[in-house]
Amino acid sequence: MTSKFNISLKNVHKHFGKNHVLKGVSASISKGEVVCVIGPSGSGKSTILRCINGLESYESGSILAGGIEVDSSRPSIIEVRTLISMVFQRFNLFPHRTVLENVIEGPIFVKKQSIEMAEYFGRELLKRVGLSNKERAYPPQLSGGQMQRVAIARALAMNPEAILFDEPTSALDPELVGEVLSVMRYLAEEGMTMLVATHEMDFARSVADRVIFLDEGQIVEEGSAMKILTAPEHPRTQHFLHRILTRS
Amino acid sequence: MNLSEILIFLPILLEGVKLTVIVTFGALIFSTVLGLVWVLMRVSGYWVLRKISTWAVNILRGTPILIQLFYIYFVLPEIGITLTAVQAGIIGLGLAFSAYQSENFRSGIEAVDHGQVEAAQSLGMSWPLMMRRVILPQAARIVLPTYGNTMIMILKDSSLASTITVAELAFKGQILASSTFKYSTVLTLVAFLYLFMSLPLISLVGWLERRKKKS
Repeated sequence: MTSKFNISLKNVHKHFGKNHVLKGVSASISKGEVVCVIGPSGSGKSTILRCINGLESYESGSILAGGIEVDSSRPSIIEVRTLISMVFQRFNLFPHRTVLENVIEGPIFVKKQSIEMAEYFGRELLKRVGLSNKERAYPPQLSGGQMQRVAIARALAMNPEAILFDEPTSALDPELVGEVLSVMRYLAEEGMTMLVATHEMDFARSVADRVIFLDEGQIVEEGSAMKILTAPEHPRTQHFLHRILTRS
Repeated sequence: MNLSEILIFLPILLEGVKLTVIVTFGALIFSTVLGLVWVLMRVSGYWVLRKISTWAVNILRGTPILIQLFYIYFVLPEIGITLTAVQAGIIGLGLAFSAYQSENFRSGIEAVDHGQVEAAQSLGMSWPLMMRRVILPQAARIVLPTYGNTMIMILKDSSLASTITVAELAFKGQILASSTFKYSTVLTLVAFLYLFMSLPLISLVGWLERRKKKS
């Protein structure tokens, strides 16, 4: 079934009360692609990711993930979530469990792996994100960058088809952003399917296969990272990029 | 008050202490389990369960424990449910305190960061699994100091069981005082015995509060 995994959104609409946050979003992400979603705060970037994972419901349109209709009120949502992992802006690690326990929680209790196997793969993943020496630490003892790398290892431990990154570096001190982005870059090179909501334009430029510019709940423009970030056609994209790039 | 009196009264009162401990522990366990049931119904997301739980908790919170005890001991036999005094005491106090336990547990569950729910969901956890592995362990830490205070309250309110003839400490004290007219000696002894049982619990609560502040 997953020989050609993909995620597709068709004309998705979502309201928060009277606020129309997604106004007919259509997009698709194929296996192995790295897609960055950029856009101003409140443009709906996070909401798209959260809808794909069933953390938010949507009123109309459809979202398919690996051929399964994403519907947060149906039991099949659990299957969707084991196919697609998520990394959050605020990490959301389990503070009462050690780093290794955070990583193996899903494999043991959701995927029913044996403890030995889960621990073996968990340690391998911690090695990959450079945190082998922290496996017995508790999340509150770590820096933000370390916590986010644990969160990425936790997402990888589910052996997902794709990972959604919801502004993974926005809550980090500037000097800690690099270590998280380099782990993500490494994943992208390995061929992981990634959908990343981000404000990191350098990351998008150097890693993304495709960039989607979202504004006021609509996709204004999408295309190759090069095209969108260096020669955007739409004035709203130009305006946004100008503001972002002249900020610092 | 003299020593010989104390030496005579104390063994009699200590018999009562035994039942006080039994009723307190019984009610503590019963109220904890039932409190968990109420709160899980409350946060389950099912309208019917939430309503049942809300009403049960309101009724239990809104009526005196004394009346609840009388009801269980004197009224239930009319519909064929006859309990011993100790059973009625444990069930009555357990029921009454389950409402407070449930409210405390609820405040703990609500204090757990919503990001934890999202992280658990995004890992593909079912609701029961999320509760068991992610939410309840974190809520437990938050509610422990208040839980300790509830233990102290149950210990003291176990004296209400004397009104339905449970021969616990307060009951023994009353009988002893009214039969010997040594009110001051007996009641002072009774008060001290309760205090000796509460003080360890009070220091436990203090320790739990300090630990909570640290984390």
